[in-house]
Amino acid sequence: MEAFGLLLHGFAVLLTWKTLVLMMVGLVLGIFVGVLPGLGGPNGVAILLPLTFTMDPTSAIVMLSCIYWGALFGGAITSILFNIPGEAWSVATTFDGYPMAQQGRAAEALTAAFTSSFIGSLVAVLLITFLAPMISSFALKFGPPEFFAVYLLTFCSFVGLGREAKHKTVISMSLGLLLAGIGMDTVSGNLRMTFGSPELLRGINFLVAVIGLFGISEILLTMEERLALRGHAASISLRVVLGVWKDLPKYWATLLRSSFIGCWLGITPGGAIAASFMGYNLAKRFAKDPESFGKGRIEGVFAPETAAHASGTSALLPMLALGIPGSGTAAILLGGLMVWGLNPGPLLFVEHKDFVWGLIASMYLGNVVGLVLVLTTVPIFASILRVPFAAVAPMIVVSCAIGAYAIQNAMFDIWLMLGFGIVGYVFKKIGIPLAPFTLALVLGNRAEDAFRLSMIGSGGDLKVFWSNGLVGSITTLAIVLLFWPVIDGVLSRVGWTQRTRATSRQA
Amino acid sequence: MSQTDLEIVVDDPTAPEDDSPSVVSSGTVEIFVCLLLLALAVTLGYDNWRTGASWDSTGPEPGYFPFYLSVILGGGSLYGLIVALLARRAASGTFVTRAQARRVMAVFVPTLLFCLVMQFLGLYVASFLLISGFMRFVGKIALWKSLLTAVVFTAIMFVTFDVAFDVIMPKGPLEAAFGR
Repeated sequence: MEAFGLLLHGFAVLLTWKTLVLMMVGLVLGIFVGVLPGLGGPNGVAILLPLTFTMDPTSAIVMLSCIYWGALFGGAITSILFNIPGEAWSVATTFDGYPMAQQGRAAEALTAAFTSSFIGSLVAVLLITFLAPMISSFALKFGPPEFFAVYLLTFCSFVGLGREAKHKTVISMSLGLLLAGIGMDTVSGNLRMTFGSPELLRGINFLVAVIGLFGISEILLTMEERLALRGHAASISLRVVLGVWKDLPKYWATLLRSSFIGCWLGITPGGAIAASFMGYNLAKRFAKDPESFGKGRIEGVFAPETAAHASGTSALLPMLALGIPGSGTAAILLGGLMVWGLNPGPLLFVEHKDFVWGLIASMYLGNVVGLVLVLTTVPIFASILRVPFAAVAPMIVVSCAIGAYAIQNAMFDIWLMLGFGIVGYVFKKIGIPLAPFTLALVLGNRAEDAFRLSMIGSGGDLKVFWSNGLVGSITTLAIVLLFWPVIDGVLSRVGWTQRTRATSRQA
Repeated sequence: MSQTDLEIVVDDPTAPEDDSPSVVSSGTVEIFVCLLLLALAVTLGYDNWRTGASWDSTGPEPGYFPFYLSVILGGGSLYGLIVALLARRAASGTFVTRAQARRVMAVFVPTLLFCLVMQFLGLYVASFLLISGFMRFVGKIALWKSLLTAVVFTAIMFVTFDVAFDVIMPKGPLEAAFGR
C-alpha cells in the first residue's frame, strides 16, 4: 500500500502542464526515431539526451523515457507495413504482422501490436512499482562485496547467456571496462592510460561512445543496404480497435505468458530480442494449430510485442533499484541520471522520491498517451518513410555531433564519436556485440571501486566474495552463469536435460 | 492483395548492385581487428603495469584492475585471432562489396569533412553545408529542396539548442558577425 501512496505522489509530481508537454514531445520524437530506418530507441535517447541537460531531472527523465516508449511503439509500424524490423526485437513481429498487412488486415495487426505493447509495458511497470522499492530497501544492506558480486553477475550473465561467440562478448566487455578506466583513478587520483594527452584526462564519456557506436555506425550500415521501400499504408478505425480489444480475453494465456517471459528476460540481461523470439516460439508451441503461425495469425503479433515491451520496460527495474541497467537503453538512461547528479541505486528511492515516483508515474501515463497517439497517427508516421534517406542521414549526423559536443563542450568528443562510429560499424559486421561494451563502459568505474573497496576491506583476500550467504550466493551464481554453456553441455550429455524436459512434458 | 493497394513506394536509384565484387572478406577483417585489439591490450597492459599493477600499503594500485582487464582483452583477442585464422581455411563471407563500400564512403567522407569544417566555421554553417551538399550530390535531390531543408533544419537546431535550451555549440565567423 505504501507503494500505491508513493505512486499517487508521483502522479502529483507529474501532472503539470510543462511535464505533460515534454511527455508528448518525447513520445512524438520517440515514434519518429522508431519509424525511421537507421535509428531506434538507444540511438534516439542518446542523441536527444543533450536537449535535457538544462531541465530539472524529473522533466528530463520523463521526456527521455517517453522517447523510449515512443520508439518501442514506432518499431512495429515499419515491421508490419513494410516488413522492415526497425529493431532486432521487431523481427518476430514481421512473421505474422506483415502477412496480415498483405491480407488487408494491416489496421488489425497494428492495433494488436500497439495494444500488446501496452499490456507488456503495463505488466512490467506494475512489477517495477511493487518490486523496485522492496529490492532497493533490501539493497540498502549491501556493502562493496555485494555490489561487486551483483556487477559480476551482470557481466557473467552477458557472457554465459549471450547468443554471440563467447570470446567476442569477453572482448567487448573487457574493452568497455578498460576504456571506462581511462583518465583519473577515482580512488587514488592517479592518471591512467592517458599517454600524456590532456584530452584523455577527462576520460571517455560513455554517451559520446554510445552516440558513435549506435548513431554514426547505424547510418553507415543503413547506407550500405538497398533503401527502397514498398509497403502498405494504413489508418486505424475505431471499429477495428474495438474489435481487437473485444477479442483480447481469448488470448489471455499468450499475453500473460509473454509478459512473464519479457519481465524475466528484462530483469536478467537476456534482453528484448530473446524475449520476443521466446514469446513467439512459446505461443506457437502451445497453439492447437502451430502450422498457422507465419501466415498472418494475430497471436503471432501479440506474443513477441508483449514480451519485447515487457522486457524493455522491466530492464529499468535493476537500473532504478540497484543502479545496474538491464539493457542498452537503460544504460543510456542511467548515464543521463549521472549527468544530472543523481546516483542510481537503492539510495535513489530514499533521497529522490519525487524523481523516482515521478518517473514510475510517467511510465503509466506515457504508455496510455503513447497508445492513443500511435492508434490515431499511424498514417502520418508511416508517411515519414517517404522522406528520402539522403535527407535523413545528414540530419542524424548533425544531431549526433550536437549530442556528442554538448556533453562536455569538447571538440575532441566529436572526433571520438566518429572513431566510435567506425568501431561500431566494424564490430557489428564481424559480430562483436555492442551491448556488453556499453554496459561495461557505464558500470566500469563503479565495478572497479566496489572491487577495490572489497579488497582493501579484506586485506586482499578474495574469500570476501563468499564471506556471507548473500554475497556467496550471488558470486556462485555469477560463476555458474559464466560457465553455463559448459554446464548445459555436460547436463545434456548425461541426459539430465532431456529427462527433465520429458518429465515436464508428461506433467 | 493487388499491387494497387500498395501506397508507400520509395525507390533507391543509387542502390548497390547485387553482383558487386567483394573488397575484403569478414575473416580478413576479423584477423585485422584481433591484431589491433591485441596491440591495444599490450599497450594498455604495459601502461598499467608501469602505473602500478600490484599491491601497496593502501591496497590495489591504480593499474591493478585495468592491468588484469588488459590481460583478459589480450587473451580474448588472441583466441579470436586463432579462431579467425582457423576459420579462414573454410569459406568466409564478404565484409563489404565494392558498391557497398562506395556508399559507406559517400556518408563517411562528408561526415569527416563536416567535423573538420566545424572547427573553423562552427557547427551551424558546417551543418548547412553537410545537409545541402549531401542531399544535392549524394541524394541527387533538387537544389532548392536541398538548400531549403538545410536552412530550415539548421535554424531549428539553432533555436532549439542555442536559444531555447541554452546549450552552447561551436561557433564560427558567421555567428561572430551577428554578435553570437
